[in-house]
Amino acid sequence: MLMYIGRRLVLAVFTCLAISVLTFIIIRLPPGDFVDAYIANLASTGSSITAEQAESMRHEYGLDRPVVIQYALWLGRIVEGDFGVSMMWRRPVTEVIGDRLWLTMVVSFAALFLTWTLALPIGIYSAVRQYSFGDYFFTMLGFLGLAVPNFLLALILMYLGFRYLGLSVGGLFSADYAQAPWSLAKVWDLTKHLPLPACVLALAGTAHQIRIMRANLLDELRKPYVITARAKGIPERRVILKYPVRAALNPFASSIAYIFPYLVSGSIIVSLVLGLPTVGPLLLQALVAQDMFLAGTIVLLLGVMTVVGTLISDLLLMWIEPRLRITGR
Amino acid sequence: MADNSLPLVSVRNLAVEFTQHGGGPVRALDSVSLDLRPGRVLGVVGESGCGKSVTARAMLRILDRNGSIKNGQILLDPGTPQQTDITALPGEGNRMREIRGGRIGLIFQEPMAALSMQYTVGNQLMEAIRVHNDPGKAVARQRVIKLLNDVGIPRPETRIDTYPFQLSGGLRQRVGIALALAADPDVLIADEPTTALDVTTQAQILALLRRLQVDKKIALMLITHDMGVIAQMADDVAVMYLGRVVEFAPVNEVFAAPRHPYTQALLRSVPNLRAPPHSRLATIGGAVPQPNARPKGCPFHPRCPDMMPGRCDTTAPAPVPPGQAGASCFKVEDAALVEGVAA
Amino acid sequence: MSATTASSASSGASLADDKLAQAGQLRLTWLRFKRHKLALISLFIVALFYLLAIFADFVAISDPHHTDARRSYMPPQGIHLFDENGFAPHVYGLKGSRDMKTFKMVYVPDPSKKIYIAFFAPGYDYNLFGLIPTNRHLFALINPTPVDGIFLLGTDQLGRDLFSRLAVATRISLSIGLASVGLSLILGILLGGISGLYGGIIDTVIQRLIELIRSIPTIPLWMGIAAALPNTWSVLQVYFAITLIISLIGWTELARVVRGRFLALREEDFVIAAELVGAGQFRIMLRHMLPSFTSHVIAAVSLALPAMIISETSLSFLGLGLRPPAISWGILLQDAQNVQVLAGAPWLLLAAVPVVLVILAFNFLGDGLRDAADPYG
Repeated sequence: MLMYIGRRLVLAVFTCLAISVLTFIIIRLPPGDFVDAYIANLASTGSSITAEQAESMRHEYGLDRPVVIQYALWLGRIVEGDFGVSMMWRRPVTEVIGDRLWLTMVVSFAALFLTWTLALPIGIYSAVRQYSFGDYFFTMLGFLGLAVPNFLLALILMYLGFRYLGLSVGGLFSADYAQAPWSLAKVWDLTKHLPLPACVLALAGTAHQIRIMRANLLDELRKPYVITARAKGIPERRVILKYPVRAALNPFASSIAYIFPYLVSGSIIVSLVLGLPTVGPLLLQALVAQDMFLAGTIVLLLGVMTVVGTLISDLLLMWIEPRLRITGR
Repeated sequence: MADNSLPLVSVRNLAVEFTQHGGGPVRALDSVSLDLRPGRVLGVVGESGCGKSVTARAMLRILDRNGSIKNGQILLDPGTPQQTDITALPGEGNRMREIRGGRIGLIFQEPMAALSMQYTVGNQLMEAIRVHNDPGKAVARQRVIKLLNDVGIPRPETRIDTYPFQLSGGLRQRVGIALALAADPDVLIADEPTTALDVTTQAQILALLRRLQVDKKIALMLITHDMGVIAQMADDVAVMYLGRVVEFAPVNEVFAAPRHPYTQALLRSVPNLRAPPHSRLATIGGAVPQPNARPKGCPFHPRCPDMMPGRCDTTAPAPVPPGQAGASCFKVEDAALVEGVAA
Repeated sequence: MSATTASSASSGASLADDKLAQAGQLRLTWLRFKRHKLALISLFIVALFYLLAIFADFVAISDPHHTDARRSYMPPQGIHLFDENGFAPHVYGLKGSRDMKTFKMVYVPDPSKKIYIAFFAPGYDYNLFGLIPTNRHLFALINPTPVDGIFLLGTDQLGRDLFSRLAVATRISLSIGLASVGLSLILGILLGGISGLYGGIIDTVIQRLIELIRSIPTIPLWMGIAAALPNTWSVLQVYFAITLIISLIGWTELARVVRGRFLALREEDFVIAAELVGAGQFRIMLRHMLPSFTSHVIAAVSLALPAMIISETSLSFLGLGLRPPAISWGILLQDAQNVQVLAGAPWLLLAAVPVVLVILAFNFLGDGLRDAADPYG
């Protein structure tokens, strides 16, 4: 068991390091370095700095040293919590991002939660009532869910809401609360706005998970231990829920770990369409303006939080699977 | 039949059909009659797909969803005031659930697959006890420990908290037997209980079954395709072929004077130590037909060495009358007729 | 008499059996695949779309790049199949005027002005297959004035015909998917094959790499890389760069499939036999193993394609993928990003229809292929 946790932890650390390397590459990808960009930015507002100032800035940020050293310096600053300054906003990156990172995670987790609560019962129903009308209905719905990219769904819902209800369905807060400090009322406001983006985001994943649950449960339902349970005289409902569903839960749970990065990814685009105050729109703006410290930080933080989320679901899997817990395999 | 005690279960003319998704119905059982008597072992033998397991499942009403009982009766406690027809009970009703496990226990072929890997041995056994007559958790646990001890599992106090995947095949099958016995049934169906085990374990499990069956005066239905197991365990034998009982007789009669050509062929195909060296092992010609391509007339006629054209391939011989030794075969009917005339 | 028919019938049956017994893996897969009706229909739809991609300019009605302020946001227009003289497809001329309250263009059909349609008629100039200069189109108006046109799906803000743009967009969106899958496939087969063939530490390293890539949220990464592409790059350069970005992240699933098959095949008798005969690793891989999982790979590819297409569409939709004047489904949908615009011109959302249709078809196709390739798994 400790072996398993250890392996997961090592993998998580490695993934985070890999993400940091990729982020560093992204930050350095645009032509010219940070100082060039800074000068260009200053020039657009009419001010400038001297060549000596530029040189000392380069020295200060270590831009005159080998790339590997630059990476190490950058990583060191990150670990200390210094993510650099946003060119576009002229404020520390952490300040610009603020609540947005947490809201991204809230939306993603809400979608994950929804995926679980929808896919599980529907998958069970579809398998237990194989070839029934409901099964066909959900299978068709599932295929549609897989085929409609989530930003498209968001677009269509926005249009329908606007056209037939005459309201703007986007956002995570009402106008009254958008700028207000956190309070219970604001949290409640958030809860009211959360279902729509969560649904949009969860659709494709749910469709995928329903298929996985259905296929696994159909496999399990055919196994002898189900008949053993029936032969014991247990009521059918309990037979199904306690035995095959429990067994089918493991592949279901482990595939949900892969869903999480996917949801975080999707939240970026959906946020853009629905105008959610997550890091999505900020990332796009930053990228378009080549504000690379801001963009890089967002990519890095999203990646790390995804890794942590995946790690948590891996550990949950271990908790529900006795074989993994005992033999570590 | 020396034993005149009333049977605990009487199966009469049982017919079961399965419907395939997008296909027609397939008859898996056709007019099967059997009696299970207390303290006796009925061996049911036949090739795979002959309907042995379907019979067992039908008796517990746990056929797969696409299977249904088309005809016949399964009488529990026949001839007593408590006589119940299992086929007439609602499949999911309380009465039926009391019978499952409570009156009729089931032991499985694959001990690995028959137990859930998600729960401890104790969890699964205690559930089997508590679903019928809940004595409370603590008492149930004590009973499980005793049960594990009864089926010959060493250190039951610790084994109760292990998962099935931590046990060896033999121990797993002992747990399977304990599971079937948990709610103290008086009828036990063992569906190929030793097929998946190695030979030494097989002998141990059979000995255990025999001991429990004698001790508790259980009516045991032992399903197998192994004539050796039949010889060792059974009192009476029912030979099945393509969903029909083709011969029924006490065990010594079956081995000494098999009536049905299929039984004869089965016995010939058992390896014999006293056979002359280098002699070939006899096999039964042809293969078991697909259940959806049942031959007309006697189901065995395409493979039968004594097939009578124009008769065996047109009409089916009468089923074996319940409770009497006999075979479902025109040749046997004719012989009986000649005997009757001679007498 | 009856005996001869019986024997000939049985010999016919055995002939068919022989044919089946000798049929290769691919042929068997195809025979099983043909039984899936939905998958077969999907194959047809996919083929139709690729045909459309090849003959995009031929099918297009008006120049997809041609703008005209007088035709801004024109709603979809119906074709009338009959006039008083019988079958003669035509459209009505449209009179555009500006609504002085909303400042929107309003178009009123003028039934008195019929403009007839001809098949295989001349229209705007283009190069068929990019080579043969021609001006023939599937159908076009006879003697149109510059403002006339057939606007089957309406026009966008700049007055460009949506139907023609969709037809031409098919080319880029489908080919970029195919190219990305091709690249992923090479990567996937190479790494998956090495992983499955050699096992051991190499396998572990590659497996960890795959796990690593799969646990990174992809869209922010793409966005980051795509945004870094220089503005000065040509459409073609951006096209290849985007293909590369998409395929660099999409190969993991294919590698997983290939590795799984390799591991299963390595234990097969015929591979061991080839090893015993002394065939080289590479030869075994190419001659013996690859053919026996081609069908699995085809199935995996057709399941991977929709993801690639969605990727391109998403990136272009965000404005980080292909850039105008390139035309792809994502670029067309970019016009539909704003709810206010959509409320006035809902037909812009029609660009979503081919996206959904193609992805749906590929999913069904892939499912059918997978079932056919591996009836037991």
